[in-house]
Amino acid sequence: MSALLETSDLTIRFGGLTAVDSFNLAISEGELFGLIGPNGAGKTTVFNMLTGVYLPTEGAVHFDGNLINGKNPVQVARLGISRTFQNIRLFDELSVLENAMTGAHQHSKINLFDSLLRTPRHYREEKRQRDRAYELLEFMGLEDRAGLPAKQLPYGHRRKLEIARALATEPKLICLDEPAAGMNSGEKVELSQLIRKIRDELEITVLVIEHDMKLVMDICEKIQVLDYGKTIALGTPSEIQNDKQVIEAYLGGE
Amino acid sequence: MARMFGILIVAIAVTFGLNWLLDSFVDDYVVRIINLCGISIILAVSLNVINGLCGQFSLGHAGFMAIGAYVSAYFTTTLRYFDEAQAKYVAIEPVFAGQWGFVPALLAGGLAAAAAGAVVGIPTLRLKGDYLAIATLGFGEIVTIMITNFEKVGGANGLPGLPAYSNTFWIYSFVVLVVMLSWALQRSTFGRALIAIRENELAAEVMGIPASRLKVTAFIYGAFFAGVAGGLLGHLLQTISPATFNFMKSIEVVVMLVLGGLGSMTGAIVGAIVLTVLPEALRDVESSVGLPGIRMVVYALVLILLMIFRPQGVFGQKELSLKLLRRLMPGSKDKEGEA
Repeated sequence: MSALLETSDLTIRFGGLTAVDSFNLAISEGELFGLIGPNGAGKTTVFNMLTGVYLPTEGAVHFDGNLINGKNPVQVARLGISRTFQNIRLFDELSVLENAMTGAHQHSKINLFDSLLRTPRHYREEKRQRDRAYELLEFMGLEDRAGLPAKQLPYGHRRKLEIARALATEPKLICLDEPAAGMNSGEKVELSQLIRKIRDELEITVLVIEHDMKLVMDICEKIQVLDYGKTIALGTPSEIQNDKQVIEAYLGGE
Repeated sequence: MARMFGILIVAIAVTFGLNWLLDSFVDDYVVRIINLCGISIILAVSLNVINGLCGQFSLGHAGFMAIGAYVSAYFTTTLRYFDEAQAKYVAIEPVFAGQWGFVPALLAGGLAAAAAGAVVGIPTLRLKGDYLAIATLGFGEIVTIMITNFEKVGGANGLPGLPAYSNTFWIYSFVVLVVMLSWALQRSTFGRALIAIRENELAAEVMGIPASRLKVTAFIYGAFFAGVAGGLLGHLLQTISPATFNFMKSIEVVVMLVLGGLGSMTGAIVGAIVLTVLPEALRDVESSVGLPGIRMVVYALVLILLMIFRPQGVFGQKELSLKLLRRLMPGSKDKEGEA
């Protein structure tokens, strides 16, 4: 089975600091994969390298048969990787529906003049984007907030809208950066179900960074643990829970 | 599309009628101010696409105006200058003579400005915030300095003798065009993408929105209409000089936007009208008080007061719509009917 996403000896240094060191990751299509580790372990840095935001110092990222490193975020997005952000980055002045529609922009085949002159192609494209965005808002349970400006959404909904927007890009892989941060336990349960649905119903591979151990252990089939930029464990949730090194990293060793 | 053309044709017919009405019944001075308002609207609405929608702070609008004004004048005006090779004064007849040459000349001016917009935009739009403002400011200065040193078009003395082709009809036809196109742009997938870039560029790129390309597109769009506005202004003033298009002109347009509310087209239109009429209204005050330049003080005062009491501008990012109008005016049509 060949991997959908594969990194080999991925390393990034910021000046003298090696933030991520020889990182190897292999995710197969259809997997629900968790990346965990204590604060500052380099998890978000890995995401930034996967999505073209940072250029790795060494190593390679292969996705779906393409070499990713050296590509910019726009090119990576068009290859089929989408993501959310740890510190939510919505388009605050746009409505909830419009936020989701921006995700569908990259698949539009119309040019500027179609929109300026309001050709039939423009109306078809608007309808396509609106329909798709509505579907995804329904999927995430946000449809009754569609007309609201994004900045007026409560926190938990903002996280969900970011996922809906990322799904609108029709990705093959979605990277969720701490999707449960700041949610209450009820919202977390709902979120775990949604993440499973993304994989099961939309058939999108999911890579999730999360601090909430219960959620990660609950939904992920495979977990990789990062500490100080290095992988210290890889396995199923039960293997990780009993791994000595992992317990040390989280609780501190003798 | 048919609806768009319908509205455009009706609107142009209305401007034609307006032109006739103003010419026949209204004082020339008032007509001139109305025409200047129209040119300001074109400038403000086009800059709003760059500064307001896309959030790229450009101070180069006067530079694009200058290019548009001089290029269109080049096509409509007899150029007289001292030719050193022949050691005598020569006159070059215009390429497009007569009223019908005006529109091609304006479009040529707009296209030249748009081309300049592409040349300037591609490298500078990598800059952010203050740096972009400085770079575009520099561009405006370079344009005026180049014109100052270009003797064929009059150099520092300016270029006189532009035919008086600009009138209410032409100016407001372009007002209608820029307002309609900008409205269409704003309410399309491209408008949303531009706003996304303004709100959070990294998130926009990660969603696959080609930020650099769209920023350059917005810049070219704005530059085109700035060029057309420059051409219209030139053929209204009939004499243009590099000083007409100094950086104060760019600042003026930015002030219009900020006053009306950056990002709102209605705001841009209102700001343009207010800041065009205000100095004229203050002209009397200026002469009676005997303080030349007081209008600059008033500009500053208006801006300071606005920044204190309404930092988002008069309209914020809202647009004037029928819904908003109905809410603001309790005495709407329905109620009048009842009375």
